[in-house]
Amino acid sequence: MNPSPSLFSSAGVFPVTDVLHRFRALAIACLLIAATAIPALAGPFEDAVAKFANDDFSDTDEAVSIIASSGNPQAFAIINALQEGRLAADPDSKKVYLTGTDGKVTDAATGEAVTEVPASAAAVRLNNRLRRNIESALGGLTLMAPDPAKRIASAQSVFKSHETAMLPVIETALEKETNKAAKQAFTEARAAILLYKEDATEAEKIESIAIIKGRGDQDALALLTSLPPDQTVGVARSAASAVTAINSRQTLWSIGQNAWYGLSLGSVLLLAAIGLAITFGVMGVINMAHGEMVMIGAYVTFVVQDVIRTSYPGLFDYSLLMAVPLAFIVAGLLGIVIERTIIRFLYGRPLETLLATWGLSLVLQQAVRTMFGPTNREVGNPSWMSGAFELGQLTITYNRLWILCFTLAVFAILLAMLRYTSIGLEMRAVTQNRRMAASMGIATSRVDALTFGLGSGIAGIAGVALSQIDNVSPNLGQSYIIDSFMVVVFGGVGNLWGTLVGAFSLGIANKFLEPVAGAVLGKIAILVLIILFIQKRPRGLFALKGRAIEA
Amino acid sequence: MITNLTHAIAKPISRRSLMAAATGLALGLSAFSPAKAADDTIKVGVLHSLSGTMAISETTLKDTVLFMIDQQNKKGGVNGKKLEAVVVDPASNWPLFAEKARELITKDKVAVVFGCWTSVSRKSVLPVFKELNNILFYPVQYEGEESERNVFYTGAAPNQQAIPAVDYLMKDEKVKRWVLAGTDYVYPRTTNKILEAYLKSKGVKQEDIMINYTPFGHSDWQTIVADIKKFGSAGKKTAVVSTINGDANVPFYKELGNQGIKATDIPVVAFSVGEEELAGIDTKPLLGHLAAWNYFQSIKSPENEKFIKEWQAFTKNPKRVTNDPMEATVIGFNMWVKAVEKAKSIEADKVIDALPGIEAKNLTGGTSKMLPNHHITKPVFIGEIKANGQFDVVWKTPALVAGDAWSKELDGSKDLIGDWVGKKCGNFNTKTNKCGGQGS
Repeated sequence: MNPSPSLFSSAGVFPVTDVLHRFRALAIACLLIAATAIPALAGPFEDAVAKFANDDFSDTDEAVSIIASSGNPQAFAIINALQEGRLAADPDSKKVYLTGTDGKVTDAATGEAVTEVPASAAAVRLNNRLRRNIESALGGLTLMAPDPAKRIASAQSVFKSHETAMLPVIETALEKETNKAAKQAFTEARAAILLYKEDATEAEKIESIAIIKGRGDQDALALLTSLPPDQTVGVARSAASAVTAINSRQTLWSIGQNAWYGLSLGSVLLLAAIGLAITFGVMGVINMAHGEMVMIGAYVTFVVQDVIRTSYPGLFDYSLLMAVPLAFIVAGLLGIVIERTIIRFLYGRPLETLLATWGLSLVLQQAVRTMFGPTNREVGNPSWMSGAFELGQLTITYNRLWILCFTLAVFAILLAMLRYTSIGLEMRAVTQNRRMAASMGIATSRVDALTFGLGSGIAGIAGVALSQIDNVSPNLGQSYIIDSFMVVVFGGVGNLWGTLVGAFSLGIANKFLEPVAGAVLGKIAILVLIILFIQKRPRGLFALKGRAIEA
Repeated sequence: MITNLTHAIAKPISRRSLMAAATGLALGLSAFSPAKAADDTIKVGVLHSLSGTMAISETTLKDTVLFMIDQQNKKGGVNGKKLEAVVVDPASNWPLFAEKARELITKDKVAVVFGCWTSVSRKSVLPVFKELNNILFYPVQYEGEESERNVFYTGAAPNQQAIPAVDYLMKDEKVKRWVLAGTDYVYPRTTNKILEAYLKSKGVKQEDIMINYTPFGHSDWQTIVADIKKFGSAGKKTAVVSTINGDANVPFYKELGNQGIKATDIPVVAFSVGEEELAGIDTKPLLGHLAAWNYFQSIKSPENEKFIKEWQAFTKNPKRVTNDPMEATVIGFNMWVKAVEKAKSIEADKVIDALPGIEAKNLTGGTSKMLPNHHITKPVFIGEIKANGQFDVVWKTPALVAGDAWSKELDGSKDLIGDWVGKKCGNFNTKTNKCGGQGS
């Protein structure tokens, strides 16, 4: 999705590597233009391959340069295998083994088939510098790939590296290109090269700047701002005006980006608070163990994924769908048990409820710690929740997007349930006027238990979603309890719509404050604002009358 | 309802005092300190949180001390006496650390204590160890600026972790722009202050340094990661130096992965992420990000292989990982044993005097030495995260690095040294030739 933003620029590279780099790119370019492979000289190529066995990063780097420029037909396969960790080297015999994508093993230097990789051989190690060099070595080889997405990706990497040596290749590719998006990418790549080409004319450079300005993103900005200082006045002036134009466009986009971040933070807050809006908001129970219900939901997800991993690995992408109902049931049942055994004796005694549920939260935490251990548990992201996509210049991550959708769905279902089902009607009746509801024949204590169970169950569902963005550890709940209370109190106790508006306004306010004030001060500022707000409107945004449970 | 509202708002304060009360209660039930006082055993105190937020890290260290005691007893104990562990749970509650330390020393009469993780817990027990004259071995990397007579620091000082890591990025990755990101408390703040001074002394300009602090357990990293991305696309090679505390790391790395920042673009070098922390993350998106430590489980040495095998057998878990603070605990334990054997006594004064100069093998194939400033010599390794949650060592210091109690980069401390052998002083000013006070 994301066109691998290689922010690497040759500006900061040590001259020697730079020369090697250019040499390699040039060699690849030659390779591409000359369709037939030049027969390899046996000596240097084999020596280079043997260098992989030295287990030394500089030797490996050197070997990559020599192999890439050797013109040997094996070159692409070897470098590709190196990148994917399929190249193994034996330090004693200096032999290098290549495991093909089909599992066949060959001797990398000779291309002869080998039965298996000997035990003494270890995979050739890479570091970041090598990975970068390999990427650019391979990038040049995929410029003519049949898949347009691959062509665009390699054009992007040329755009960022803007190697002068790549110019003829890019121009040939541009002429042949029919795909519109790929054509655009090649045009931009060509502009980037021309802009940095020392002997390009002023007109060419100014035209290039216009193209890069049209692109208008961070990479374009980086390219324009790191231009060497020895430009003609015309070039320098148009570059400066392009930078200003891009910057002002970026400012607009960053407002949009902040708004999105705010919505996404708001959805997490809402999700965490929505269960509390039932137990605290509707029933009036100060439920300090709410966070632990969220934590239990997250652990249910872990157990579900663990079972799937060991028994049905093919179902991994559906693990969350399965975890949602299970988390609801487990947390909901636990909630009912807690209500029946502890909370029902404490109705109307907020201080005692607070203490009891706080103690309960410690008990639950320690129980989970004893059962699952104190360390984080790994909950994986299904493939549809990983990665991000670009909307204009907004980066939208899939997990946040799904959580937003999920939160709104949960909210809608809950609202519908309270409004249209008979149990929902009973819940509202009991919480509005217990004695009157009892007189009408509603079993109030049963409704209390179910309401608390519903709130806890929803907290459990929240845990499933939060396991995707946070640690799954016994402390998970603690970090959400304060935020949850904040949202419910701010939104107005007893009003679900208030919780919705409260969560999103706090989320957005937080995200607009954060870039200005920093994360720590931003959070403090939000708390101060809420305290001031509560002074003015003690019942929150949407105050309701007569909803609190009666003693 | 109004009363309820105020409770909810005032919660952060009431929560803490509640926690103290509740954990105190819980501990009365759960602390297990064997009551029998046998004269033929030497008692060893273990002061690590087994519940609360720090249990995630500290529980392993408790197990490590128990493992070392078990090993030592198999060899016949120390000075002909068996060792006996006294484990208490300070429950991640800083004042409780001091109470539990007092209990260990006065009630259980331990000869030595292995414990603490956070700097605030160490500062909290410090007066107790001074007053009752006992010995604390502190096994975690910390911000330095301290050298106490009763404390032996076997974790890394900033010059044994942060400075070499920055050197590596500067020389090998040619990093020109720096993001110093940390959790908002004393260790990241001091470390970043030292790093900022160091970077400036190397000619890095103010506009090329971005410093960012986040609260404990921060989970919404969208804005900060986007800022890092923006900061890093100014055309200069950028790296993130992370002093982000354990728990907040998982969402941080997840967000990096989701926003498509790869280690080849902007590498993150972390000082608080080890094998234990990675055990809870899907490490594929983290490939190539870095960590700086004095020990990695993947380091090949006969000592390390033997240790891992015995540790996994002791914990009956063939997948149990090892990490840097564990190695620091092991070194500290072995040094204490040697010092007790040298002093032929467990008396605190004699052991404290015997410790400087004691050498013990570390697990990476070298020999660490206790220095007069109560810090030790250690090798420094830079590791890249591999897909299996282990680290691949890409760089190491040519020789062991001596730990500086006082940073040479900060104006307030560059003239100070700790020397408990010759000068008998933890903050000796070499300019004024006087003990105590701050540097010029």
